[in-house]
Amino acid sequence: MADFNIRTDAVDVEQIMRQIRARIQAKRGVDYTEEQIQELANVKLERFLDPKGVRSDLVEQFKRARDRKPDPFQPQQWVTDANDLYGSSKAPVRLLRKLLSPILKMLLNANRLVQVLHQQSEINTLYEKQFHQLREKNQQRDEVDTLYYELVHNLVLELTRVGIENRNLKMRLESLSSRMDFDERRARALETVVQYRPGSGPSREAPAPRPRQDDRPYQPPPQQSVAAAPSPAAPQSQSQPGTGDANATEPQAGESNTARRRRRRRRGRRGGRGRMQGDNVAPAGSSTDAPPLMGSATPPQGDPTGNAALDEGPDTDFDGPEAGDFGNDSGEDDGPDSAQ
Amino acid sequence: MKLAVVVQRYGADINGGAELHARYVAERLAQHAQVEVLTTCARDYVTWHDEYPAGIERVNGVPVRRFRVDHERDVKVFAHWSERVFGEPHSYLDELKWLDAEGPKSSSLLAYLSSAQADYDYVIFFSYRYYHAYHGVKAVPARAILVPTAERDNAIGLGISPRIFRGVRALMYNSPEEKRLIQAVSNNHNVPGVVVGIGSEIPERPKPERFRQKYGITSRFALYIGRIDQNKGCNELFSFFLNGLQALPRGLRLVLIGKEIVPVPDHPRIHHLGFLDDQDKFDALAAADLLLMPSYYESLSMVALEAWALGKPVLANGRCEVLRGQCIRSGAGLYYETQAEFIETLRAIAESRRLNATFGANGREFFQQHYAWPVIEQKYLDVLGQLKDEDDSAARSNSAARAIEPEPGWLAKRRKALRPASEVLTELPSGPVLN
Repeated sequence: MADFNIRTDAVDVEQIMRQIRARIQAKRGVDYTEEQIQELANVKLERFLDPKGVRSDLVEQFKRARDRKPDPFQPQQWVTDANDLYGSSKAPVRLLRKLLSPILKMLLNANRLVQVLHQQSEINTLYEKQFHQLREKNQQRDEVDTLYYELVHNLVLELTRVGIENRNLKMRLESLSSRMDFDERRARALETVVQYRPGSGPSREAPAPRPRQDDRPYQPPPQQSVAAAPSPAAPQSQSQPGTGDANATEPQAGESNTARRRRRRRRGRRGGRGRMQGDNVAPAGSSTDAPPLMGSATPPQGDPTGNAALDEGPDTDFDGPEAGDFGNDSGEDDGPDSAQ
Repeated sequence: MKLAVVVQRYGADINGGAELHARYVAERLAQHAQVEVLTTCARDYVTWHDEYPAGIERVNGVPVRRFRVDHERDVKVFAHWSERVFGEPHSYLDELKWLDAEGPKSSSLLAYLSSAQADYDYVIFFSYRYYHAYHGVKAVPARAILVPTAERDNAIGLGISPRIFRGVRALMYNSPEEKRLIQAVSNNHNVPGVVVGIGSEIPERPKPERFRQKYGITSRFALYIGRIDQNKGCNELFSFFLNGLQALPRGLRLVLIGKEIVPVPDHPRIHHLGFLDDQDKFDALAAADLLLMPSYYESLSMVALEAWALGKPVLANGRCEVLRGQCIRSGAGLYYETQAEFIETLRAIAESRRLNATFGANGREFFQQHYAWPVIEQKYLDVLGQLKDEDDSAARSNSAARAIEPEPGWLAKRRKALRPASEVLTELPSGPVLN
């Protein structure tokens, strides 16, 4: 009943999972967790959803912060003399001290005391001035720091956005380049076919490959048998994938050895090294119109595991839609799948 | 040899995992021994409402003896005791009250089991966490064989659970992960146990084209079979599938078979077909590219085994250690834990024909080697034969019959000395068993 003769130990599931994870990590660059990615996505989204957070007067704010004049320093003046020592707010006390001041002056040197107090007052003024300057500087620094933070924050957001866009563009470029390679190979194959085509006419001119029909092997019309020739009412492009290829590669009755050799050469060029999944694309130009995968975790084409264990070789192809073509899928199916 | 199978619900129309498991085992063992099923009249596993008539009837040729339940489940009371025993320090008595609230409590079933135990050589109990299993094993410990169907949930951390695991004559595990979990929590290494699992009735020739014509599904699809429930990981599955649409294989659809508990997203690439009969189910499996198993907790996934029997790969939730272990051991499926892994693994299986074919071949081989009915039946017969030999030798030497550990005394039963079950659960080993 089993169609395959593959030993159970031929597949190491853990090894495949390691490779898949390595591939995911390589695509992301950094192995973020799902939560981190969600958080980043939310931040980015909030950033664009909330235009109020974007400030257009940032430069002016900088200038204002730098040019702001500090408040003038107005220290409190302390004037001390000998009269202050004997003064009082109460008149009787003040009178009594005034009467007794000669005796007091005889007992102690009040001038020295006044001098010391005056020096202390100057020192206090100096300290107060420095403190005032420091406070002003700190206020300016706080304002500038806030602006710097906002600036750096905006830069990081922009850088992230540019990074994502860059990655998407790279993926798109890879996709386009692989498709271009395929087109070149196909063009070369067609040129070869046209050069050897018997008879003259348009086929000797520069080849103008048609989509889909190019994949069919060349069959010289004069040598085709009646039984093998397709009906004019049933164009070959409508043949089912898989079955169509099989029919096309069956040796046709009456074919010459030369035609078979040419076909073998073409097969060798195409299938001998294993196609990439993106190679088997639908008609040229159709899927290249697809928009890039914004924010997708996977590239638009290529083998999902990219390793020997999962390397497909020629049998990677689906019978239905192209495996590597992940264009803009709006959710609607693109019609019945021919694989069934 | 006469056997009794004791299970909480039983019927041809009951498709719960443990109940179906019990029915399959009873019907298969009936070919080798005299089997009688002892169960309740309940059909609904939430309320335990008596729906079947009490008494004896035959289901697929197997006699079934039904007993009425004492009371239906009160959801509020059950939730109250669940919070107590799972989340707080509690007493042994609290756990017994929790068990009583969970049900299905059937005193008549236990009374019959105690009185008629001599009529049976062995009694096979299913699902350790229900009332009938704990008190049934207490009633007939010398004849009790347990199919625990244990999952990594809080109930395994209860204080009453290890007693039942240590008190039975033998255990029939569903998976190596389940065996490790139970042995870690109960230290029951001296109790004979074998990893058996369950087989399935696989049709010889399923008809995928018939399914496609009947349901109008012509494109490729990934299939989910089971209850569409949050507990089964379906919400995460919908989220991953819809968020990854652009990167998923083109044209690949998601087809769901089963009862809808949570709403299925209305999307052209998601099809819910409702509950299908076995023929349609197997036809759908044969038509699918792969089977999806998003469940977090499984003791054994029968549908995964059925998929492997039909040569279909399985993509499982990697957080379920049993499914993950089965995928690794069988070499017939992959597993995911994140959105990116879901996309990549789904692409790998759906797009790579070679990998898909290899997984399919491995799945068939895995099923035939471990889960084909002759293998399952032989494991049961081996265990029964081993117990019979032990009993014969014990009878010759007049050894004492096996008994379950005695319950704590009146005071000890009321002392809040047991840790929250959820706390116990976190200390148990996890991850797939690979050796």
